[in-house]
Parts: sequence; structure tokens; C-alpha cells
Amino acid sequence: MAEKKLSVAERLYTGHLSYDFMKNRKGWFIFSGILVALTVVVLLVRGLTLGIEFSGGTDFQAPMKITSSTVDDVRAHMNELSVDELDAQVFSLGDSSIRIQTRSLTPEETTTTRAEIAKIAGVVPDDVTYNAIGGSWGQQITQKAVIALVVFVALVMVLIAAYFRDWKMSIAAIVAVFHDLIVTVGVYAAVGFTVTPSTVIGVLTILGYSLYDTVVVFDKIRENTKGIEHTTYTYSEQANRAINQVLVRSLNTTVIGVLPVLALFIAGTVLQSGPLADLGLALLVGMIAGAYSSLFIAAPLLAWLREREPKMIEHREQIERRKARSAAKAAHRESVATAATSGAAAGTVTLTEPVVEVTDEQGARQQRRTNVSRADRRKGK
Amino acid sequence: MAVTRTWSPKLGLDLQGGQTITLSATNRSVPMDSLELARDIIQQRVDGLGVGEASVAIQGDRNIVVSAPNVDRDDLAELVGATAQLAFRPVLDVAAGTGPTATPSPGETPVPGLPTAPASPTPTPSPAATPTGGADGQAGDEPLLSMADVLAYQPTAADTQALADFTCGDPTHDDADRALVACDDQDVYKYLLGPIAIRGQDLNTASFGIPQGDLAYAVTLSFNSEGATRLSDLTGTLVSQTQPRNMFAIVLDGVVESAARAEAKIANGEAIIRGDFNADSAAGLANVLKFGSLPLSFEPSQVETVSPTLGGEQLRVGIIAGILGLAVVALYSFLYYRAMGIVVVASLAVAAAATYAMMVLLGSVFGFALNLPGIAGAIVGIAVTADSFIIYFERIRDEIREGKSLKSALQSGWEKARGTIVISDAVSLLSAVVLFILAIGSVKGFAFTLGLTTLLDLAVVFFFTRPLVELLGRTKFFGEGRRGSGLDAAHMGVTQESLLGRRLRRKDSTSTIAQEA
Repeated sequence: MAEKKLSVAERLYTGHLSYDFMKNRKGWFIFSGILVALTVVVLLVRGLTLGIEFSGGTDFQAPMKITSSTVDDVRAHMNELSVDELDAQVFSLGDSSIRIQTRSLTPEETTTTRAEIAKIAGVVPDDVTYNAIGGSWGQQITQKAVIALVVFVALVMVLIAAYFRDWKMSIAAIVAVFHDLIVTVGVYAAVGFTVTPSTVIGVLTILGYSLYDTVVVFDKIRENTKGIEHTTYTYSEQANRAINQVLVRSLNTTVIGVLPVLALFIAGTVLQSGPLADLGLALLVGMIAGAYSSLFIAAPLLAWLREREPKMIEHREQIERRKARSAAKAAHRESVATAATSGAAAGTVTLTEPVVEVTDEQGARQQRRTNVSRADRRKGK
Repeated sequence: MAVTRTWSPKLGLDLQGGQTITLSATNRSVPMDSLELARDIIQQRVDGLGVGEASVAIQGDRNIVVSAPNVDRDDLAELVGATAQLAFRPVLDVAAGTGPTATPSPGETPVPGLPTAPASPTPTPSPAATPTGGADGQAGDEPLLSMADVLAYQPTAADTQALADFTCGDPTHDDADRALVACDDQDVYKYLLGPIAIRGQDLNTASFGIPQGDLAYAVTLSFNSEGATRLSDLTGTLVSQTQPRNMFAIVLDGVVESAARAEAKIANGEAIIRGDFNADSAAGLANVLKFGSLPLSFEPSQVETVSPTLGGEQLRVGIIAGILGLAVVALYSFLYYRAMGIVVVASLAVAAAATYAMMVLLGSVFGFALNLPGIAGAIVGIAVTADSFIIYFERIRDEIREGKSLKSALQSGWEKARGTIVISDAVSLLSAVVLFILAIGSVKGFAFTLGLTTLLDLAVVFFFTRPLVELLGRTKFFGEGRRGSGLDAAHMGVTQESLLGRRLRRKDSTSTIAQEA
């Protein structure tokens, strides 16, 4: 059927290509573990850059034509202001406005400083936007966020356990969520982006989105593993089939989800809208991490948890006994052809084969497709 | 929308310009009812400033958010954030105020809220709860004059002059040891008041009701030991004075809430204020007194001003990002799903229109205001909405691959996708609800639109997307999986016969379909 060489997307689409998530489980776990460990190291070494929302301070923004020397000029003016020890930091925002961050000011100090900044920028005071934040505000936001996190995680665990009748799914999903959160925080620490309340919003959203994605994958796994005891498949094989079946959907959803967020991020960056850029960035990192963790962490972890159940172990042994029996029969018949197909894995205990078929179980066609995709994969690598 | 005659949603201050002040209570424990009282008082203050339609709302367990659109007053934060100061001061003189119904002879008409101490001072059981907290963190803790000094205070010529010159609405001071000129809340009378005799924090509770044996509403005050001592001294002295020197005033934030005549010496710290109260006015006064006695002090934890230009700019950016996002998603859908992309685009359009309509409706009915994070929430909602179709479509493909014909796959694919869509949307909704309930600040706006779009997505996928796919499946172009429809056999990875359930056996001689590279 597939005579021509197909693109990767097309092959995924038609199920010619499938990846064995279960066999490479360990590798991905180690990879994610390294990511998390790196995050911890980066956090300890560099720490997060917290916005003034968390430390308290006043942030003025005034429209001003920015040239190469503007920032230095404004900085020089800062010492002449009537309020002492402003600890002013001056930044340019693009080429049309200037941003000055100072320590916490009293309302009177704010008024005078605002007027002086307006004079420096050559605008009326009303055009100077300012944002004064007490030191407790960021703490409050963080505290609320943590409470929301705990409550949400608890509720979702209950919801998933109730819907899927499987508390192991809850555990796997939550592990994936925490992985996403940690990785997102890690990206912030590594790149040195400033953490603002908008970031907190973004991070909280990641929770919902990451779980949303995981639930879609789990739903497919549940469907595939229904009555698994009466089939000749192991739980891992069926879970792997499920992941491969939702792979295209996950990719598409991630692309479609990320595109608008990317637009948000770019629009926010280009037009210097701090909150939009912050939010966009957190969502961007979180969505990609969320899609990744559903496929590479949550599902394999679930399979690993389930495979350790006595029932599943027994089920696997049964399959192996059956395999061994049929292999022995095949050897007995000395039929080379059958030995080549069904006895390939005889005697060896493999949970997984290099290629797990996602197509219907018609031997001949499957055979041909397998060959094509293998050959292609060799070429591809 | 047509009913409410508005065509655009209410905008948050970050999109239209204005000032948002978040006041956080600095006390360790903040009872909800006192926070509500604080909100009412602050609302009154803001209204008194004449800054237009400012809203005052409680947020979280210790915050009060004041949003004043298009107001740019630097002193706003100070004015609304000052702790309410309640004090009892002896009255030195009364003059007509500038109110509409000024009657300049208070001796002849009963002053509203004249108190009479209980003839036999029996402690009135007060239904109010025990007082919370001491007076720590109370602003204005300067020492009071001794009771003897307060009672000995005589109005100076300057004081009398000040009373004559005072117009209601003039700024007043809060000094404990000086005379004060203040009006009542109706601006009917001007009062010249002595130094503070009893501070509000020495008042334990205030309650209202109809005392036993009475016929009218009254307000009952109960003081702590220091307050009781001072009250006893105050009333003991005042009772023998002549009108108006036999009165004391209850002052809150420079406004005389009630001026009461002492009828007897009250030694037990339990006073009853009688007057022509109805239930509402008694409750109002009791609330004011109770609030003054609960030392909630606020600090402005965030003051955010956005100039109208910046607000408009943020709105523009948000809208551009949203439109751009939708356009890119539409493009991608057409690339991947070919003609079936119509379904994605149409579903998104319907969901967007519904979201917009809901925002307008909620804006006019519940005062929901769209803010910047809210726009972001709606943009995330795009992903959730598009995903519902994607899940459905992929299920149809799975079914076809398992050998079903296109017709039956449309049906069984939906049945299988339905559960996934519902449970995944439930998770998304749950996160929105938790965030909405527990979060503070602009996170609320984000959570709200995310929840709204998720709910609407459920409605759209059931009542629009699904029927649309069904309808398209009946057309020749889609139903027979023509090339470019997104449902063709090559796309599905099956043969044409299998796709059509072998209805059109050998209709076209090509059983293998040319693949596009």
C-alpha cells in the first residue's frame, strides 16, 4: 500500500510508525530525573529572580523616546530627585518608554517622585504609570497559589481515581504534574526570567493543562486494557499501543495549544506588555512539558505500577508459557516459515518487541508494513 | 445582549486605565464579618470622594480591593486605607450644619439618637460575640489626655472661630488632645468637640435590638474596664451640665455618627443609646461602632495605576494575540485536516462568539470585568476547544482503521470520544474553579474565563461540532472520503473499499490511492 516514501507525520498518521515508550521507559525516567535534579541545582545556585511584587517596591513607567544614551541620562538624574536613597534601577522598554524601579515609597514620596520622573521624561504626571507593591503582596499570592495547588492536586487525585477506578493513575498523573511544575520553574531559574504574579498564574494553569493532557492518554489506556486478563497482551503492550494511538492527537493538540500562546508571548514581548509576555512564557514552557510528561512519564509510570501487581505478573507468566508452548510446537514441526514469524521471541522473556503494531491484526499486511517501517527507520537514523 | 443594549464586555482597569488599590489587613486574624464592615466603610469613603463608579470588593481572607476607573489621585490609597478611627468626645458646642434640613436649635428638636442610660443600670446582655484581639496594630496610639483634663477642657476663642468657619466636608484632623469640629453624617449639625474621652478600641461590643421593656430599637454598647471607668467619669460629669454640654459625640473618621445626651452616670460600662431608630439605622450605628472597636488596620499592599493609553494598548495587544492565535490555529487545521478544518474553525468561531456574548452578559448583569489575564485565559481556552474536535477526529480514524466504514465510524468514534472529552474538560474546569475560589488578584479573572470557555466548549462540542460532523458525513464530498476532504482513505491508512464499507465495490478501479509525498 505504501509504495512511496512517506513523511514522518504521514507515517505516524497512518500508524506505520510507532515508538516503543515502554521499552525505553528507563531512559526517559533518567532523562526527566536529570532535568529535575538540574532544576534543583540551578535553584540552589542561581535562585529565582523575583519581581518587585515579591520584595515590595514601586515601579514607574513613563513614555519617553529612547536613544542610546537615554538610560544613562535618566540614571544620572535619579540622584537629583528630592526623595533620598531611592535605590532606583532604570531600564528601557523597547524604544518608547522608560521603566524605573525604586524601593517602597510612601504615598507622598510616590507623588513627588512621579512628578519628577514626568519632568525628566517631558510628559505630564498623569502619563506616568506606577505600581506600588507592599512586600506582603507577593507572599500572599504565593501562599494562595500553594494552597490552590494542594487542594487542586487532592481533588484531581480523587476525580481520576473515581473516574478510572484506578488510584495508580492518580499517582502517575500527579508525578507528571510535579515534573512539569519543577521543569517550568527550572527554565525560569536557568534563563533568569523575572518571576511575577503573572508567572504564578501561568504555573497554576500548567497544572490544569498537564492533567488535562494526561487524562486523555489515560482514557485510551483504560480502553485498551479492558479485560486484559483474557487477552494475549501484557499491560505494557496495550498501554504502549494506547500512547501511540493518541500520539498524533497529542502532537496536534500541543501544536494548536502552543500556537496561540506563542502569539500571546510574541505580542507581549514585541509590544512590551510585561504581564502578557510573562504569562505566555510560563504557559509555553508548561504546555510543552505537559505534553511530554503525559507520554513519557505518566503513561510508562502507570504501566510500571500496574505490572508489579501479582495479577499482572501471573498474566505475563501465562502469556510466556503460551508462547513457549507454541514455540515448542513450531520447532517440532520444523516449519521454518512459522518459526521465523512467531518464534522470533521464543524462550526469551520480552515485554516488548522492537516494533509494536498499531494496525489491525492481519498478519500478511502487518508483516509488509513492519518491514517498510523498519527499513525506513534505518534510513531515517 | 440585545436586551442589555451593550455590545462590548466590561473592561478591567488594566485594559481601560484607572487605579486599583489592594488593601491587606495587617492583623493576624481577620474575622470575615469585620472585613465586610471594613468594606462597607471604605465604600462609603470612596463614594464620598466622588471618584465615579469605584467598586470595593473583598478578596481572599484579608484583602479589600478598591478599583476606581480613570481616576488618578495619588491620595486615594491613603484616604481609603486609613484605619477607621472611632472615638467618644464630649460636645462643647453645636451649630447648624450645611445640610438640607438644618434646624439650628438642637435643644428644641430631639437630636437623632439621643441616648438615655438605663434608669437602673443593669448590664444588658449583648448577643454579640466576645471581642477579638487587643488594640495592637491600631493606628493613632497617641496617649489620651487624662479624664480630668478632657472634662476641664474649655473651648478657646480659636475653637469657636473654627466652628463658625467650618463647612461640612472640610478636612478634619484626628488629634486626640485637641478640640475638633465635625458634622453629623447628614450635615445637619456642626459640632465643636472636646479631646477624645474614650477611644473606640475600649468599646468591646455594640449590638442593637429592642431592649426588654422598650418599644423602640436601641443600640447597646459594652466597654472594657478602662472604657467603663472613663465612661463613668464622663457621664458622671456631663449629666449635670446644660444642653449641649451634657452630650457626647461618637465620631468615626471625623464624622459624628451619633450625639448622645447623658441621662445618668453609667458605672458598669453598659450604655444604651435610644433615639428614633428603626431596625436599619440601629443596625447601621451598631455596625459602625463595632467596626471602630475592631482594630483592623490596613496597609496598601498593591497600588496599581494604569494610564488610559497603556490600558488601551494592553487591550490591543491582547486582542491581536487572540486573533493571531485563532488565525494560526485555523491555518494549521486546514493543513492537517484538509476540508475537515472547517469543523475546527467553525467550532472555534461559535465558541468565541458564545464566550464574547457571555462576557457581555456577565458584565452587564454581574459586573464581570474582563482583564488582561482574562484574555489569556480565553486564549488557553482555544486549545481546549480545538482539542475536543481533535480527540473526536482521531477516534473516528481509529475506528476506521479497525475496519469500520466511515459512516459507522462517525457514530462509534463519537461514542468513544465523548467520555474522554467530558473527563478531560472536567479536569480543566476543576482547575479553573479551584483557582477562582482560592486565588487572589488578577488570577481570578484568568480562572473565570478559562472556566467559562471550558464550559462553553462542552456545549459547543455536543450541540455544534458533533451535529456538524454528522451533517458533513452525509454529503458526497465527505461521506465518500473524496480527496482533500480529510476523510479520504489514504489519510485514514485504509483502502477505499474498507472506508466505504464496500458499498462501492470497484467503483473506481484504483484500490490503492496515490500518496502525496
